[in-house]
Amino acid sequence: MTALRELRSLGNSVVLRWTVAALGLVLVLSVTQELARPETTDLISSGTAEATLRRAVPILLAGLGGIWAERAGVVNIGLEGMMILGAWFGAWGALEFGPWWGIVIGIAGGAAGGLLHAVATVGFGVDHIISGVAINILAPALARFLSREVFAQRPGGGITQSPRVDSVGDVDVVFLSGGDLFGWTTPDLFGWVDDRGWFFVSDLCAVLSGITSDVSWATLLALALVPASVVILWRTSIGLRIRAAGEHPVAADSLGVNVYRMKYLAVVVSGGLAGFGGAFIAIEQTGIYREAQTQGRGFIGLATVIFGNWQPVGALVGSLLFGFADALQLRDRTAVHSLLLLAGVAVAVLAIRAVWQRRSRAAISLAAGAALLLWWYSVTDKVMGELPPITPHLATLLVLVFAGSRLRMPAANGLRYRRGQE
Amino acid sequence: MSVRRILMAAAAPVVAIVFSVAISSVVLLIAGTSPLEAWMEMLSYGTRLETLVATANRATPLYLAGIAVAIGFRMNLFNIGVEGQYVLAALLSASVGAAVDLPAALHVALIMLVAMTVGSLFAGVAGYLKVTKGVHEVISTIMLNAIALAAVGYMLRNWLIDEADTSLNMKTPEIPPSGRFPNLNGVVETFTREITRGRELWGFILVAALVGVIFHLFLTRTRVGYDLRATGLNPFAAEASGVDPKATVMRTMLLSGAVAGLIGLPEVLGDSYKYDLAFTRGLGFTGIAVALVGRNHPAGVAIGALLFGWLDSAAPILDVVGDTPREIVSILQGVVVLSAVVSYEVVNRVRRSQEARDAAAATRPKQEMEA
Repeated sequence: MTALRELRSLGNSVVLRWTVAALGLVLVLSVTQELARPETTDLISSGTAEATLRRAVPILLAGLGGIWAERAGVVNIGLEGMMILGAWFGAWGALEFGPWWGIVIGIAGGAAGGLLHAVATVGFGVDHIISGVAINILAPALARFLSREVFAQRPGGGITQSPRVDSVGDVDVVFLSGGDLFGWTTPDLFGWVDDRGWFFVSDLCAVLSGITSDVSWATLLALALVPASVVILWRTSIGLRIRAAGEHPVAADSLGVNVYRMKYLAVVVSGGLAGFGGAFIAIEQTGIYREAQTQGRGFIGLATVIFGNWQPVGALVGSLLFGFADALQLRDRTAVHSLLLLAGVAVAVLAIRAVWQRRSRAAISLAAGAALLLWWYSVTDKVMGELPPITPHLATLLVLVFAGSRLRMPAANGLRYRRGQE
Repeated sequence: MSVRRILMAAAAPVVAIVFSVAISSVVLLIAGTSPLEAWMEMLSYGTRLETLVATANRATPLYLAGIAVAIGFRMNLFNIGVEGQYVLAALLSASVGAAVDLPAALHVALIMLVAMTVGSLFAGVAGYLKVTKGVHEVISTIMLNAIALAAVGYMLRNWLIDEADTSLNMKTPEIPPSGRFPNLNGVVETFTREITRGRELWGFILVAALVGVIFHLFLTRTRVGYDLRATGLNPFAAEASGVDPKATVMRTMLLSGAVAGLIGLPEVLGDSYKYDLAFTRGLGFTGIAVALVGRNHPAGVAIGALLFGWLDSAAPILDVVGDTPREIVSILQGVVVLSAVVSYEVVNRVRRSQEARDAAAATRPKQEMEA
């Protein structure tokens, strides 16, 4: 009983913290939106929120895949290749059996890539990076071959793309975003407030409306995998064993954990998650399989693993951030310029927090960074189009350089393990 | 003993290639075409002079890429960033080459120097981050690749584009004839018939061969090369014997990046004379495969580069003559890499246990005598 209460109070405080953080973020966005008003109105809107979520899901799934593998001590840079497998098999499954089967078959395709990685790294003891690189070479070749054999024979398909595929379908939440309830269309509460144009409140509702209307069922499933990963990895005995295999495999082995089996399991799950991400891109985002459509998202997922400090919630935050940069540039090129303003304001907030915490050196460098960003914003009127796509990469390098000492990866991550070693 | 060692060393690549051909044959059988016919077609087309020239031209940059990766691998550094380093180097060196006018040899030397410097400095960023901030080079080079490619796009579009050109193809101005690398057609044609179809054997293959020789001498005959190998084999022992690990990381990345800078030059100096949108990308990643197949040894990497180059050059015939998709060759390459690393690992393990047995056998009689 006490354990339950403890868990609940822990949950409450975590939920509270994240709610405050999310509200703070919306406030910063609202303020920035007001500052950038004539230039853009798309910085915070229901459309942007919806696009952000849609763009974030594949990155999130790749990130979760990375976390599963690395928590078991296996570095998986083959995520990109597994996403490609997921995208191809997802599209094929969707064509053959319908969108939901597409998702399932995409997951299976990615998991097969994960199994290959596990056989090489765990079974044969090949270096993790080398095996990952090999899978990234093999997967696109296999996808091209299969496209030629399968898609090229069908109307609308070719050697680099599939015919169009159906998506799994969207849903509106009842009462909040005008969803249907037994055939009756409920009022669209968030949409109504959004239209009022009240500072902050309307923006908040715009975001909520964006993420509660026209939500793909697959998105909901992907989001549910975040708490599911947390619970499985941190609250079940199998999760404990997986993490033990990644922290100290020798100790885990001495306690009777079958380390090989745990690593196999985690890496196959990792591949399956990446495959889901790939299938999501093909089925939900674009409605077609197209060669190279994963665009390095597997690597961005890897970035969110580090960015999020090997925590599923961290990967979620990272993927939303990167999804936001992606969505903004897709919807409104001029809005990208106001990203500089946003980044400047955000860094300034961090600088104020550093002053509050009496960390003078951090405060000075943050203030300088904020000044630089705001100066850049004020002297330019548009930002180079090459910048938004590489925000994840820049952000990850910055995090590693300036906060690297505060990250903690699993202790035996990336190390070769043979049963019976000392 | 030494015969056995040679057999063991040859066993892994042979097993890998046989296995890959077998897998690809099975794939072809499933797809409903005859594998034997396909391989025979590739063999007959692949032994023609023009295909061999194409093979050499493809193998040249692949060899440089393989060596660039191998330099890092020899001390357990993964330079995944070869891709970004060589594309950036190709753009900037092509632009410098077009901007200046020098006597022929000097002109080419300047372009090569610029390319090596750019590649080296950009790889040095990853080295610096590893040495000072402990950022793992795999992560930093993956991130730096994306940044390099974005920077290339931006610079080409805004600063380095050929203003005189009105076509849609974005390109840098052309390098004048003094900055171009001569082809070797004349040399080859004295031994064979005339090379037709406008194929030219890029002279840069000589530079690539020279880089391989220098790499070998550097590893086996110099102090720095010895430190690099020692750190790769056993970093703790190397450090204990006075090797500075940080300096070795920096040097390795700078050297690897310098060789990476050369990868784009066979094409730029021998064929296109500019950097444009058609510039060959992806060689950095294939270079990783080539280095793995060649076990990071200068001669092994050469075999790997020639194998990959030949497969790429001979593959197009499959579409033309039969109904075998040429993509089967990419699958073959992928399987070669994976099976090569697995079989090296297995052979290594067998060799180690055999050595342990040999050592035990060699010491046993002595112990019995003492007893």
